Amino acid sequence: MDSPYGLLAELTYRCPLACGYCSNPLNLADYADELATDEWRRVLVEAADLGVLQCHLSGGEPLLRRDLVQIVAQARDLGLYTNLVTSGLGFSRARAEQLRAAGLDHVQVSIQAGEAAGSDRIAGIPSFHRKIEAMGLVKELGWPLTVNVVLHRHNIDRVADVLGLAEEVGADRLELANTQYYGWAWRNRAALLPSRAQLEAAEVVVRAARERLRDRMDILYVIPDYYSRYPKPCMGGWASRQLTVTPTGDVLPCPAAQPLPLPRANVRTDPLAWIWSDSPVMTAFRGTDWMPDPCRGCERRAVDFGGCRCQAFQLTGDAARTDPVCHLSPDHGLVVAAVEEANAGSRTDLALIPRPHRGN
Amino acid sequence: MDPTADRPRLARHVRLSFCRRRQRPILQLPETVVVLNGSGADILELCDGRHTVAQIVAELAGRYQTVPDEEVRRFLAGLLARRCVELENADG
Repeated sequence: MDSPYGLLAELTYRCPLACGYCSNPLNLADYADELATDEWRRVLVEAADLGVLQCHLSGGEPLLRRDLVQIVAQARDLGLYTNLVTSGLGFSRARAEQLRAAGLDHVQVSIQAGEAAGSDRIAGIPSFHRKIEAMGLVKELGWPLTVNVVLHRHNIDRVADVLGLAEEVGADRLELANTQYYGWAWRNRAALLPSRAQLEAAEVVVRAARERLRDRMDILYVIPDYYSRYPKPCMGGWASRQLTVTPTGDVLPCPAAQPLPLPRANVRTDPLAWIWSDSPVMTAFRGTDWMPDPCRGCERRAVDFGGCRCQAFQLTGDAARTDPVCHLSPDHGLVVAAVEEANAGSRTDLALIPRPHRGN
Repeated sequence: MDPTADRPRLARHVRLSFCRRRQRPILQLPETVVVLNGSGADILELCDGRHTVAQIVAELAGRYQTVPDEEVRRFLAGLLARRCVELENADG
């Protein structure tokens, strides 16, 4: 077992946006008792001791934490590379300057589409123009800018707009990630899953832009795993390189693992080093011993690690099964059925159920 | 890369550091961490905007008999392609 490299610090699940593709858990009300500033400080010290080198500050909207600047300063003092993942709302000039002074290394700003009407519709509130302002501020203060866009049935046809916008704001990186179906996105899967024709058209546009912008922008394109032959190598293997701490201090191998029926491990009651090395939630699927057939004898078992445990659980009710995305999985029919439904000629677009801003 | 004019410099969003836990030099990037070997860390340390590519290659040749010049140039080209280093050019 190696030391973890990255910590995803989910500071809060509160969010001014209401995106239907959100991967936050459905039971948002259970996360009201957020870790205090000193508790986060201690988590960061323990994480750095454990070998963590990167800290992704995420949520929800991390800027809703009044102590964000203190948390960044602590992470930076410990030598961690700090990355803020934000909607851009609340990224005022004053706040941005404080974060700059605290040593924040990198900023990722989400946007929901390449034009205002579409972006605001998906976000559930008028936010497009504030996001563009936030992106400008990131560049002005000298940070590298990553623009994050989650792609799905409602915005993928206009991916060219997104690429144009990223170019216009001077993004250094653009992350185009097809929706992963966890949390609210799982609830909205039928409305979000694009058709094969949509994906193929988008890939042509992305490939051309990648070529055109090669010297200026890194474009990361994450394909939707429902359409792939093999599953994604989720998190580089369960509890192998990363750990997530939720707003209330639960420690998970990945942010989607919250619904899995595993015993809780929490930074309020246990040392992070013990949680990483020995807690059941971390050891349950670490390595390859847990694997069922067909993974057990598969030559790709060290390539994709059996895929995603959370997806296996969501689709089959058993987290220890092969990820049904894999064409070799005995449960692959579940994915085939969802894909067939998304490609049915008679399909009309379904409305998204917005996630609530908070849990109450 | 022009070996005598281009002076590589670490990009601003990249940090060269040392991991006490792993006792290894590391390069911290927005989405990843690279654990370096000794010669890799030496090359990055020389990416200070003052040394030219040719000087870095010569310096490494002096320190490591087992690292061919071509490998140093390839490592620098890779860093450049991933935009971990930028080039300052005396003529530009």
